[in-house]
Amino acid sequence: MKNNYIKFGALIALIIGTLGWLAIGGVSDGGAYYKTVPELKAMGDQASVKRVRVGGDVVPGSIKREGQAVRFTLKQEDPNLKTVAELKVVYTGIDPLPDTFKDGSQALADGKLGADGVFHAQKIQAKCASKYEAKPPANQADYGKPSA
Amino acid sequence: MENLGALSLLLALCIALYSVAASITGKLRANQFLVVSGERAVYACFGLVTVASGILLAAIFTGDFRLTYVQQHSNRGMPLIYKFTAWWGGQQGSLLFWAWLLGIYTVVAVYTNRNKYRAIMPYVTAILMTTMAFFLFINTYVLSPFDVWMAGKGIVTPEDGNGLNPLLQYWTMVIHPPMLYLGYVGFVVPFAFAIASLIEKLPGDAWINTTRRWTLVTWGFQSTGILLGAGWAYAVLGWGGYWAWDPVENASLMPWITATAFLHSVMMQEKKGMMKVWNIVLVSATFFLCIFGTSLTRSGLVNSVHAFAQSPIGNYFFGFLGLGVAATTYLIITRLDFLKSESHLESVVSRESSFLFNNLMLLASCFAVLWGTLFPVISEAITGNKISVDKPFYNRINIPIGLFLLFLTGVGPLIAWRRSSMKSLQKAFLWPTVGGLAVAAICVGMGMRDFYAIVSFALCAFVTLTITTEFVKGAGAIRTKNDMSWIEAMWELTHRNTRRYGGYLVHMGIVVMFIGFTGNAFNLDTTVNVQEGTKVTLGRYLMTIGRVETGKTSEYEWGRLPIQVSANGQDLGTLVPERRFYLASQQPSSDVAIRRRLNEDLYLNFAGNSNEDAAPNSPAKLVLQAYVFPLVSCIWAGFWVLFFGTIICLVPSKVARQYPRTQVIGVTTHATADKV
Repeated sequence: MKNNYIKFGALIALIIGTLGWLAIGGVSDGGAYYKTVPELKAMGDQASVKRVRVGGDVVPGSIKREGQAVRFTLKQEDPNLKTVAELKVVYTGIDPLPDTFKDGSQALADGKLGADGVFHAQKIQAKCASKYEAKPPANQADYGKPSA
Repeated sequence: MENLGALSLLLALCIALYSVAASITGKLRANQFLVVSGERAVYACFGLVTVASGILLAAIFTGDFRLTYVQQHSNRGMPLIYKFTAWWGGQQGSLLFWAWLLGIYTVVAVYTNRNKYRAIMPYVTAILMTTMAFFLFINTYVLSPFDVWMAGKGIVTPEDGNGLNPLLQYWTMVIHPPMLYLGYVGFVVPFAFAIASLIEKLPGDAWINTTRRWTLVTWGFQSTGILLGAGWAYAVLGWGGYWAWDPVENASLMPWITATAFLHSVMMQEKKGMMKVWNIVLVSATFFLCIFGTSLTRSGLVNSVHAFAQSPIGNYFFGFLGLGVAATTYLIITRLDFLKSESHLESVVSRESSFLFNNLMLLASCFAVLWGTLFPVISEAITGNKISVDKPFYNRINIPIGLFLLFLTGVGPLIAWRRSSMKSLQKAFLWPTVGGLAVAAICVGMGMRDFYAIVSFALCAFVTLTITTEFVKGAGAIRTKNDMSWIEAMWELTHRNTRRYGGYLVHMGIVVMFIGFTGNAFNLDTTVNVQEGTKVTLGRYLMTIGRVETGKTSEYEWGRLPIQVSANGQDLGTLVPERRFYLASQQPSSDVAIRRRLNEDLYLNFAGNSNEDAAPNSPAKLVLQAYVFPLVSCIWAGFWVLFFGTIICLVPSKVARQYPRTQVIGVTTHATADKV
């Protein structure tokens, strides 16, 4: 009986050990820093070494296409300083940009910050600002707080 | 009307709270009147939630845009069926929908069990209604679906609503959310029964027998919901994927995994009286993961492509979860004596052990998914840096786990309880093993070099052979005995023990789905700039681009790209992917063309114009994405097998079965297989 529990223990330890090892490999392989635009600016030199996923709003009118590359600017307000940080991004990935990527949408750029201060993205994810929860209609600007 | 709606929700909340109080007081004071009154309050509460839902739906259908909820999630132009989906399309409405489904489940659970399980029913009612009260509280005080637009002191009526996101206007999206919600909500019932019998220290496994079907039905709903979501992503999003390990997808997968583990480990309790603590832990974990999943999509805790907007309800949910987990843990710890196991593990090679490893693997997978989902939160708390993980992380862990589970699917059902001798193992697994190795050899011979893919195909063959052997062996015996045809004998066999053979069918469905997942290793894709007359080759397909047609409907502008497809000189017809630009939301969207075949899909996406986002009709530079997805249809086919198997499991067996507990009275050297 005792012997059995040792066997089970050893097997379980082996399995969990293997999975743990796989997990650690997975994190170093697939992990990326998740930063907002102001946070990326605060990273300094680190930002050009590590793979980063940076999120922000696409500045309206900033999307420009140059051959295969797409340039645009992401902006986000720094909640502490109350200033708006902007980041120029150049997208050189293979996939066409997602449908939801357009002026004003929230985008997530995946890549590295170049020495020129431009963020080189290989992958773009975008969430349409109005995807699930919309803002009040713009033509009636004086809405107060909704109440029951 | 909105006041009446809000009022019924408030009343429903009061009644739910009353029901909790009356049930518990009635139970403790042995006052039957109070207990019955607590039960009837359940019906009243459900009635009121239905009234509130009806009022919201009426507002949606009549286009009462004074309501913020209606204005944000519906508009005049939307087809009727999609208007209906606006009920659960947004935060507030979806919570109301949750409460309404919970109401249905509660009414059915209370009505069908009120006389059978007199002793524990008051607690069951109390637990169900506590959950109900929580959701109604959120719906009344935090996020009400009946808010109206105000300007100063007056109510404003906007012209039209924003409507539903065009991406969601697809048929599976009409049933995907209700299915998932039915899955999420349903697990509250087994949980309530488990906890109630724990409080009452009800002897035996009554709660398991009562809730087995609930769990299975709920599990079926959840499987359907997840698969519909995957099918939608595949057919609508334009990149051909069906699973992206997005936090919201993970949220639905985690309770499904623990529920699967639970469905397996209850058999250990039914037949051997083992794993009692574990089963309570599993059913509780499933319930809490459902609540967690519901909150994950709503709280803004993790960043997801398809989460709802951030809202203040996260804290309420985590409060509810914290209290629930604490109370459950306390109950389990104080009642450990009552949950003692009746037998012990005897051998590493036994049915018990295969269940144990099945549970271990499922839980490891669930934990890995949870860990990955929360990694940004965890890493930020520890290192101050938010680190997110994606596909490689999940695949690295879950592919080996999945394959090991697939292996167990083949081994588990055939291996004997308690212990298996080498001889019986040889007898059961010789041919399946040979078959699996043969398939592996063929794969290598055909030039396949992907290790996991080869293992997967070999295991699929192995499991298929074990399951087929089981059917053939059983049906063969019936056939010779009763002089029946093979089909009749199969039917008879399945009908005699629906749980067992239905279970095999579910396993078979999983095998077919694994074949589909494995096809992923052989995907081909290309993205090209094309114009009229361009020829594109991908795999064995040759595609000739035709002339773009454009047009306009009241909802969107469209551009269609006819593509003439041939393979090996044979004409396969024309596929027409479409690009749309929705006017109301100013959003482009793709309508892909898929040539679905069981062996492979050809998937064409007209990704628009590389010069301009908005104009699909400019002939300048058209972008075509073409993909070949081998075996992907097997996933959907496998799902239907799984679904069918689940239904078989729910049909009562022809022969009423009892499971006498095997008790260890001594150990012989030669154990025979237990054929239950």
